[in-house]
Amino acid sequence: MTASVPSLRDRAGTFGLSEGEYDLLVEGIGREPNALEAAIVGAMWSEHCGYKNSRPLFSAFPTTGPQVLQGPGENAGVVDIGDGWGVAFKMESHNHPSAVEPVQGAATGVGGILRDIFAMGARPFAVLDSLRFGDPDSPRTRFLVNGVVDGIAHYGNAIGVPTVGGEVTFHPSYQENPLVNVMALGLLRHEDLAKGTMGEVGNRIVYVGSKTGRDGLGGAVFASADLSDASQADRPAVQVGDPFMEKLLLEATLDVINAGVVAGVQDMGAAGLVSSTCEMAYRAGLGITMDLDRVPTRESGMVPMELCLSESQERMILVPVPGREDEMHALLDKWELDVIDIGQVEAHDRYRLTWRGEVVCDLPVALLNEAPKYTREGVESEEIRAARERDLSGLPVPADLGSVLLQLLAHPTIASKRPIYERFDHQVMTNTVVVPGAADAAVLRVKGSSKGVAATSDCNPRFVQLDPYTGAAAAVAEAARNLACVGATPLAITDNLNFGNPHRPEVYYQLQQAVQGIADACRALNTPVTGGNVSLYNQYVDQTTGRTVAIHPTPTIGMVGVLPDVAVRATLNLKAAGQTLYLLGTALAENDGDSIGASQYLETVHGLEAGRVPALDLDLEARVIAGTLALIRTHLTDTAHDCAEGGLAVALAEMGMASGVGLQVSLPGTARADALLYGEAHSRVVVAVTDTEATERTLTGLNVPFVRLGLSGGDSVTISLPEQDIQLSVKLTELKAAYDAPLREILG
Amino acid sequence: MNVAVIQFPGSNCDGDALHAARLTLDPDAQFVWHTDDGLPAGTDLVFLPGGFSYGDHLRSGAIAARSPIMNAVKAHAERGGYVLGVCNGFQVLTESGLLPGALSRNTDLHFLCRPVHLRVETTDTAFTGAYTAGQIIEIPIAHGEGNYYADAETVARLEGNGQVIFRYVDNPNGSLNDIAGIVSERGNVLGMMPHPERAVEALLGSEDGRGLFESLKGVLGKGVLVK
Repeated sequence: MTASVPSLRDRAGTFGLSEGEYDLLVEGIGREPNALEAAIVGAMWSEHCGYKNSRPLFSAFPTTGPQVLQGPGENAGVVDIGDGWGVAFKMESHNHPSAVEPVQGAATGVGGILRDIFAMGARPFAVLDSLRFGDPDSPRTRFLVNGVVDGIAHYGNAIGVPTVGGEVTFHPSYQENPLVNVMALGLLRHEDLAKGTMGEVGNRIVYVGSKTGRDGLGGAVFASADLSDASQADRPAVQVGDPFMEKLLLEATLDVINAGVVAGVQDMGAAGLVSSTCEMAYRAGLGITMDLDRVPTRESGMVPMELCLSESQERMILVPVPGREDEMHALLDKWELDVIDIGQVEAHDRYRLTWRGEVVCDLPVALLNEAPKYTREGVESEEIRAARERDLSGLPVPADLGSVLLQLLAHPTIASKRPIYERFDHQVMTNTVVVPGAADAAVLRVKGSSKGVAATSDCNPRFVQLDPYTGAAAAVAEAARNLACVGATPLAITDNLNFGNPHRPEVYYQLQQAVQGIADACRALNTPVTGGNVSLYNQYVDQTTGRTVAIHPTPTIGMVGVLPDVAVRATLNLKAAGQTLYLLGTALAENDGDSIGASQYLETVHGLEAGRVPALDLDLEARVIAGTLALIRTHLTDTAHDCAEGGLAVALAEMGMASGVGLQVSLPGTARADALLYGEAHSRVVVAVTDTEATERTLTGLNVPFVRLGLSGGDSVTISLPEQDIQLSVKLTELKAAYDAPLREILG
Repeated sequence: MNVAVIQFPGSNCDGDALHAARLTLDPDAQFVWHTDDGLPAGTDLVFLPGGFSYGDHLRSGAIAARSPIMNAVKAHAERGGYVLGVCNGFQVLTESGLLPGALSRNTDLHFLCRPVHLRVETTDTAFTGAYTAGQIIEIPIAHGEGNYYADAETVARLEGNGQVIFRYVDNPNGSLNDIAGIVSERGNVLGMMPHPERAVEALLGSEDGRGLFESLKGVLGKGVLVK
């Protein structure tokens, strides 16, 4: 019996292509591809590179505005902050690598996003991490949390870019598939804005940085499939990072961009050498030929497939301005990096690679860059619909509402993240004006200017799970509100869309709805989308039971804002006793079960993830943001904090614990006490002021609803519900003990 | 008063050091690249900044201590010129033999970034003249290997000579005798783990590091101070 060799078409799946996609490729090039070509197309058409399931939805996004210097389509978006300065920013996921190798997975997540920033000609000056883990009590979660934190610290601290903020939350849906989303910001002068293009015919293509090894092979395809136990065998698909090399590469790249000797720059990220050069050729509308024999290698015997698709870190493609090649090489020499001319730009439309004197790949540039697009049918899961529509009105209100407050503060999602951020250098570069934990967003000064830049990352995945449209819009609203709470005008967003497998109609439904929610909120709040990242297939298939566990849909929103004067800002801690506390925004809870819907309280205390996500009124949100900014900018307040997980009571407790100044407030109304205290209505900000008259005049003038809550002072948080004869009062020291312990314990 | 900030590959507080030096001491402070074999003429203060020189390969500061510019830095110190090494700069100073002892990993084995309180042990040095003796100042730390160690005899000598000039109020890293910063026997070389250059502007939370630079201002340009 003769063993038959399976045809390339039968093996299409190993390249990440469906048989239909393979046929499309054959039709596109008019012949059978060779194995290398099929692998290259598989990588370029992966969700990670080609966005084949998500791109059709993106037309809903607003992407323009006077503040946008660079919209989607480049290595990162760029917003104008005035005075000739721009801020480049982007968020990217490293979920699957972190699931199997958390230290390197997270470290290279930081490295990858930083390269996207300096490829734009911007000096990276801040990193934020949005991290989601599973059951906080499980050994696996502890392993992952410690590994991810170590990885971020290892890379970020060494390269010297401060880690200034982010989020860390816990929910069982992330047990096997954690999320590691890293956002980076960079500062540039408008004239230094660089692009990822090959430029013109005759330009040289220059490889700079680390040698190419066998690490990260097939990473883009690995990132675009479900996780399973077998994923552990994919550990070689995880890259290994070297922050020292990246630091050299960063300085070298900025040197040549600032000197004006490069026409195009791009980092080698997912799908390595291929995707970077292929995208640059596409943007230039030209073809290229590269000689794979010239690619510097870490090990001998590497074949074209490995040279093309390795995701070895710390590598860039530079295209020198014609005639200035020698200048570029001279500048790069200082940094003692490998700098190798590997090819040229040509007047055709082909992506051509040679190896050992033969053409091993000859494909149309456009075909590689135009992945097939799929619009699927989305259907809402019946289970989720039922959970949302569940009647919660019969749930009992706990008798001891003070211990509920302690319970919520001790939930790792809400608890203090100090044990984590103390492991990150958050002050290097001496720009960090508002450090992690001190306010709702990080604030950085811009040396040589009075301006400040604020940044935040936000998403409440429970909201998105129960109602993807409202939940995703709420993430945008929360991000904008967080920026307002430090005194920054929201400018634009980057999004990191983490979802399950889009082939499942209920997951595709979530993606569809969430994209629409983001689009509508961005339009309403004037924060266009300047770029982002899509991470699908975040689900785990348990091979023994066959059960699929998808993550909660998590569209993480990274938002950037500007403070006209960095000296005029707010933080969340109460500054003094005797100030008056106001709640801006949504009136206190309505008296029905929905007012505790989708809350952390409901999950933690009643063990339920159910109910309606509170309705989001984007017009009200915009007014609350305007009101908050007005109070800060007219110096009526320097204390502001938004209400998020845990509701108003948790927000008040956080304000008190932050500075050791307590408060006494009373909440009017006859709504359920747990809803008044712990319900999670949107569009709410607490401020502390001295001049009540001017405050009320300002808020009334801007048509911002408000409630006078009470006064700061004392050493406890005391909240009364006078109309219900309920009062809870807990000492700050007791609150702080509950709030400080959980993450310290998880980090061990 | 001329300040030279040395840049090694992997230095990452070099820009911060330059910014602080320009703000407090010398508007024309400049960078010097590690492969240079000499310091700019008239250099009064050499600032060895923090970071991860050479990626901390081998040991923190070990390779930088052997880079070409360090010959010039040693000669500068031998002439009685001032040298300030912060964080990785401190590690470079112990590795190069300009200061005794070594910095090993923090006792909890983790990098730690937070403001800490230091006690100024003596005002009788070029680096602390502007403080008051016993003053408690707040300066941030950011390091994973700041655990000062030296043999008992060396520590006794440092203590006896008054070379320990900054001490942690609440020891964050396990350093012997809570040592945060020491000067050389002649008093012209200071190594410290906390970052005074991060504490010279109220906007960033603390100005307590200014005293160190103000102290130098009093002695720089007036010739070197040699014990």
